[in-house]
Amino acid sequence: MQTNQIFMLFCGILLLMGLVAYFAGRARATGVRASGTAMYAQPDQYAWFAVLATAGPALLVSALGAFIMLLLGATIPVPYLLAASLAVAAAGLLVGIVQVRPDFHARQAIERAIRWVLVSAAMISIFTTFGILFSIVFEALRFFQMHSFWEFITGTVWAPGNSFLAAAGRADDAASAARFGSVPLFAGTFLITAIAMLVAIPVGLLSAIYMAEFAPRRVRTLAKPTLEVLAGIPTVVYGFFAAITVAPIIVNVAGALGLDASFNNALAPGIVMGIMIIPFISSLSDDVINAVPDSMRQGSLALGMTKGETIRDVVIPAALPGIISASLLAVSRALGETMIVVMAAGMRPNLTANPLEEMTTVTVRIVAALTGDLEFESAETLSAFALGLVLFAVTLSLNLVSVLMIRRFREKYRVNNL
Amino acid sequence: MNIQAASRHTPQPAPEVGQPVTRNANAHHELSIRVRDLSLWYGETQALNKLNIDIYQKNVTALIGPSGCGKSTFLRCLNRMNDLIPGVSIRGLVEMDGRDVNAVKMDEVALRRRVGMVFQKPNPFPKSIYENVAYAPRMHDLVSRKSEQDELVEHALREAGLWNEVKDKLHQPGTSLSGGQQQRLCIARAIAVQPDVILMDEPTSALDPISTATIEDLMDKLKKQFTIITVTHNMQQAARVADYTAFFHLGEIIEYNDTQMMFSSPATKKAEDYITGRYG
Amino acid sequence: MSQSFDDISAQLRKRHRKSARLKWFSMGALGLAGLFLVLFFTDMLNKGLPAFQQAQIQVQVDYSEQASQIPLAAVEEEVRDLVSRGFLRTIPLRMKNDPELLGVQRSEWVLADGQVDQYLKGHANKLRDDARERVDRLAAEGRVALKFNTTFFTRGDSKMPELAGIMSAAVGTVMTMLVTLAIAFPIGVMTALYLEEFAPDNRLTQIIEININNLAAIPSILFGLLGLAIFINFFGVPRSTPLVGGMTLALMTLPVIIISTRTALRSVPDSIRHAAFGVGCSRWQVVRDHVLPLAMPGIMTGSIIGLAQAMGETAPLIIVGMVAFIPDVGASFTQAATVLPAQVFTWSGEPDRAFIEKTAGGILVLLTILIFLNATAVILRKKFERRW
Repeated sequence: MQTNQIFMLFCGILLLMGLVAYFAGRARATGVRASGTAMYAQPDQYAWFAVLATAGPALLVSALGAFIMLLLGATIPVPYLLAASLAVAAAGLLVGIVQVRPDFHARQAIERAIRWVLVSAAMISIFTTFGILFSIVFEALRFFQMHSFWEFITGTVWAPGNSFLAAAGRADDAASAARFGSVPLFAGTFLITAIAMLVAIPVGLLSAIYMAEFAPRRVRTLAKPTLEVLAGIPTVVYGFFAAITVAPIIVNVAGALGLDASFNNALAPGIVMGIMIIPFISSLSDDVINAVPDSMRQGSLALGMTKGETIRDVVIPAALPGIISASLLAVSRALGETMIVVMAAGMRPNLTANPLEEMTTVTVRIVAALTGDLEFESAETLSAFALGLVLFAVTLSLNLVSVLMIRRFREKYRVNNL
Repeated sequence: MNIQAASRHTPQPAPEVGQPVTRNANAHHELSIRVRDLSLWYGETQALNKLNIDIYQKNVTALIGPSGCGKSTFLRCLNRMNDLIPGVSIRGLVEMDGRDVNAVKMDEVALRRRVGMVFQKPNPFPKSIYENVAYAPRMHDLVSRKSEQDELVEHALREAGLWNEVKDKLHQPGTSLSGGQQQRLCIARAIAVQPDVILMDEPTSALDPISTATIEDLMDKLKKQFTIITVTHNMQQAARVADYTAFFHLGEIIEYNDTQMMFSSPATKKAEDYITGRYG
Repeated sequence: MSQSFDDISAQLRKRHRKSARLKWFSMGALGLAGLFLVLFFTDMLNKGLPAFQQAQIQVQVDYSEQASQIPLAAVEEEVRDLVSRGFLRTIPLRMKNDPELLGVQRSEWVLADGQVDQYLKGHANKLRDDARERVDRLAAEGRVALKFNTTFFTRGDSKMPELAGIMSAAVGTVMTMLVTLAIAFPIGVMTALYLEEFAPDNRLTQIIEININNLAAIPSILFGLLGLAIFINFFGVPRSTPLVGGMTLALMTLPVIIISTRTALRSVPDSIRHAAFGVGCSRWQVVRDHVLPLAMPGIMTGSIIGLAQAMGETAPLIIVGMVAFIPDVGASFTQAATVLPAQVFTWSGEPDRAFIEKTAGGILVLLTILIFLNATAVILRKKFERRW
């Protein structure tokens, strides 16, 4: 509470000083101007410069202090830090007022400051990427100090639950040692992704073909936003749909066929994920197909080709880089999809190709590892970051390849709206 | 000049409907396409108004006229490419081989196989040079064996005068060629289907003068086998390559004449004004 | 040399059939996608609409001395096991707050037990046979009925399905979104302004651009890992709070806002800029007074869409601990809270079947909000769309 009050006080004083700076700067500038001297800038601009000179450095100092405290662990008493900031603000105020001179380019100074603010905003996105990368890499490295990287990549048993036994001195016991072999997780992830793609690519691509090539205008203007609705539904809702509605249907159908299906089978999340991804593929493919120049179609039709042959042999091959690029993005999205699999797929790592069996995925294990009551330092918690690292690497490379492909398509047909 | 020109407009016996004003002694005169009272609307706007023209086989017929006069629209009526544009309605007769081209029963795909087309901008498929030519004949079952296909591709490329330039790079993409080469590839592609008629919609307007000359030579050569109908903005080109020329103005055919006569002593004032550059 | 039309048409028959087949297949695919949508919404409405009604029961409540000690005594024995324990529990407190209640006997409509509710709605339930008979009899007398479920909209989470509501999650969502918007909107717009209007075309700019595109495609769960490792463990932001959730979602929404803002800025024609430069504006003045106002509708549209996306996001919030059990409406950005999708997730994991309808009900509320947001964005775009 104490700190909060001090903080409010600081903000209040700073605001007051800003006001003083504005009106003092303005009054001074108006005075100078009234005396008939030509000035480089408007009184308002001098006033704003004074405000900037007051608040900018002061905020910078306090932010720097906060950062030093957090990063280096040094303890600077908060009141001292804020007092120092206020002192800087006072100095800035003085400079700001003194600078109200006819030969001072207040506007340029302001615009330089604005530019810096914009640059630093733009840098935040870079920091975010590096933040993700560093946070994941750093924790993953700690994990790999405990468990071998090789075993993580090639091992076929994922049994983190035993990690507490290591602490109990039974680490040597091969049967009960914690095992972190990620192969079954990735196998599950890829199987579910493959199912999703088997649903999404044919349906999405064919829908795009219909919308772009066959549909009358009215259908097209209606169908596209309707499909987009599928993309706007939150994944948690899809997860619920998969677990409560689709999974029982699959179990019943499998039962009718004499097959045994688990309620956490891979088919339900796979199919539902596929439905979710349909608009992703159809929308991008539709754009790409529309970007294929009409002269291609006419060239083919003028040779006596049917519409279907034109689409199959000319339009689709021409649009292929874009379609592949869309599919790669879709794969990357399916690999990283979390809620559907958390809610509808299983928890048990299971190395199998049977989609009716229960299996788990990378993202499920990440969530499982981070939502329990485990302490952060445990191998299981850290394993989430190792899994995250692999996920990051895979999706990043898929995205990059996809961007390169779409760029090639764009250059080929000189379309800019993709 | 003006007085001379005016003197030529002495009333001549009106030609029969659809016939050229003057007959070209060197031209063939077997009928290829007969057009009677052809009108076309884009929605409410009328683009063609009661056209009548007989087009003869194994000739080059040039369609000239100011832009927006309907020559391209007319050309696209001949192989029903206008079907692709929504809101187009057509009335009148376009007859080929004794059949109404616009009849419901007429299969437009079959029509287009007999009436090929070369476009304003070269539009090779994003496939190899070889595939660009071989694709359509293969789909049409014109070839059954690989060797036949090779032969046909070579033949078509030779006819189009492109063989010597591309024979060593048949499997490179068609888009890697220069503009003029691409246009000749498109001509080879059209020839390979063995149509009766080839429509050319300003085939040289996107090309440089040297490529243009090559294609003009090609047209002259191809007319021995095919009926060629070409739209052109370039009157010298019409004068150089065409046997007959039709002058279009505001959706009507003002004059259809032997090319020589059209450019030396046009029968109508409008054609005369256009040719001498009064407008257009 | 050439074939007649009839010959060609005969050859074409098969090819035409193939072409038609493609048309029907592709139409079918679109129909299938539409069918999924219809199925999905019918299923959700079927499951969720009952949640907006809740069984209530008319009982004689006796606010006696005994009832203030043992709440069960307040109602007749016949309906004791049919009335929500949640209602009974509040009796002593209410009597303490309002001494005049003592001795009052009156007939009230009170919340019924969740099992009664499920029984009335024809769902599976754990009522014993004799209880069912009693409910049937009361229903015949008109003393048990399904009424509009205000509890669902006014209360927080509860372990008793009849008392569970979405209010605390809704408030959590609003607070989280405020944080998200407060961070992502200014930073996103400034970044886009820099890239479109100020940045020189150099390596750094290209890196920023590629980076933003990549950021847009990174799985959302990785943002959760970032939030956990950096915001919580490193900067010490309190876990499970709207603050940390909002910050995490802000980073996720940032690329959406940047990309749409850039599109909006790009659609302002250069002639406007040239005109403004021509009358002596500086670059910043051009942007502030001319470009930004014209681009504003586009920026708003993009931000609303980004916000809607963030509002439906769950995975990163799970990682930063926003799936807590929150019975009371939160009051501060640094108190544990939950959001609507996380509430849906929590409920979907409850073993009690009555929670299925609560989950679906929560989903319907969430979807309504999202549809409303997206519709706003579409209307905004339609209204201010300008062709240059």
